[in-house]
Amino acid sequence: MEFDLSKIPITLFIFSLIVGLFSPIMTWVERKQSALMQDRIGANRAEILGIRAIGLLHPVADVIKMITKEDTFPLGGSKFLHNIAPMIAAIPALISFAVIPYGGHYQAWGADWTLVVADLDYGVLYLLAIGSIAAYGSIIAGWAANNNWGLLGSIRVSAQMISYEVCMGISVVGLFMVFGTLKMTDMGIAQQETFRVLGFVEHLGWAQAGTAWVDFVKLPMWGIFLQPLGFFMFMTALIAENKRPPFDVPEGESELVAGYFIEYSGMKFGLFFMAEWIEVVVIAGLMTAMFLGGWSVPYIPDATLVEFFRGGVGVNMANVFAMIIHVLIFFTKVISMIFFLQLIRWSLPRFRYDQVMDLGWKILLPLSIANVAVTGLIMLLVKEVTG
Amino acid sequence: MAEYWGLGLFTLLGTAVVTLFMVLTTWLGPKLVFPEKQEPFECGERQVVSPYQRFNVKFYMVAISFIIFDVEVVFLYPWAVVFNDFIGNGAGWYAYISMMVFLFVLSVGLAYEWMKGGLDWN
Repeated sequence: MEFDLSKIPITLFIFSLIVGLFSPIMTWVERKQSALMQDRIGANRAEILGIRAIGLLHPVADVIKMITKEDTFPLGGSKFLHNIAPMIAAIPALISFAVIPYGGHYQAWGADWTLVVADLDYGVLYLLAIGSIAAYGSIIAGWAANNNWGLLGSIRVSAQMISYEVCMGISVVGLFMVFGTLKMTDMGIAQQETFRVLGFVEHLGWAQAGTAWVDFVKLPMWGIFLQPLGFFMFMTALIAENKRPPFDVPEGESELVAGYFIEYSGMKFGLFFMAEWIEVVVIAGLMTAMFLGGWSVPYIPDATLVEFFRGGVGVNMANVFAMIIHVLIFFTKVISMIFFLQLIRWSLPRFRYDQVMDLGWKILLPLSIANVAVTGLIMLLVKEVTG
Repeated sequence: MAEYWGLGLFTLLGTAVVTLFMVLTTWLGPKLVFPEKQEPFECGERQVVSPYQRFNVKFYMVAISFIIFDVEVVFLYPWAVVFNDFIGNGAGWYAYISMMVFLFVLSVGLAYEWMKGGLDWN
């Protein structure tokens, strides 16, 4: 078995970024963005030596408070299941970022760097598989609580998550057809190319080949442009899998008090929330890698970017510069996506449970099956026309 | 195999952090146990019925439908990945029509379940 030493810094970087930065800062984003949207001030009380730093110390205070809270346990519940449920919920959320590439492939000083923890051939399948394990955490948590609210929450969460898993699985099939791969780095590379939006005009004989205005209108081959319907359906399904508003019926506080994690306190309760917030980051990363072009600069393939720097600073530093730019672009997209997800979360009211299930089975599922059929038809027609 | 050891390290780190949180919260918190606190929360009332009873059959229906359609997803993935190659080899229509027959049969199944009320929540 060979050891690729470059994987150590790559793994440590993304892990510390998610656990140390994104996960705590999401609690701050949740409060501050809702405050902004509702015209409030939001969290600003936590302070160290008089420094309040616009509420950025609240995540620290939260963790200290939750760790030092009493860990209660409901009588008649299952102690073992009660203890492993938060772990089953949190660990899959943490490790699912492993297959999402946050940069391309670089060569500097004789070493190869691929900025992804595990560049698996079946990357997307890994994410779907790990994502469905997280459902067990919620189901077990409600089941082990010996509590009516908890059990209602866990039954709801099981039905909701398996419903949306079907839609989630079928809505990305169109994307796999277009890119012809399940490997996330290959998807990122495929999205660096561009296509002519008006190319069909030439092939139908309405304009001569090589017409300037036809060549001018180009779009990068991002998933969102190739699969617009797939993008929205996949995002909807992911938000539903994440159990956040407007799909938070399993934990709706006005219906079920807290749903499946009702009997948890302290950091065990915190782990469920940590899992939820990390899942938001994973969703944003996944959407970025699959639909929003990943790490690459739009219209500029990786090789061209490296070539651009090469003349001035040499090939090694050119790779480093390209790496820095790509990582920054990737996380800019991720943060924009998180902002968008938070906008949805604070804009829409909670759906009723029957509406959630209807959306999944009666709207998203037929639409995603139709999406597969239409995508295949368009791909075949494009082939027929272009030859 | 080189890919899996990054994944192993990532999994190890994730498990370690979560385990650390679990251990810390068990150790550090105060421990003051009395019967009233241990009761399952029921908005201040005593628990009248046990939660471990029969629940609505609708949830069972959803689970059964899930199995059918999730297996369909498994069949779709390999086909989707090689579909471009089929087009390149000139067998595009053959691959497309074969899968459409499969999808049509499944859509009929979905329509049947829908008409029979298996997806209703009233």
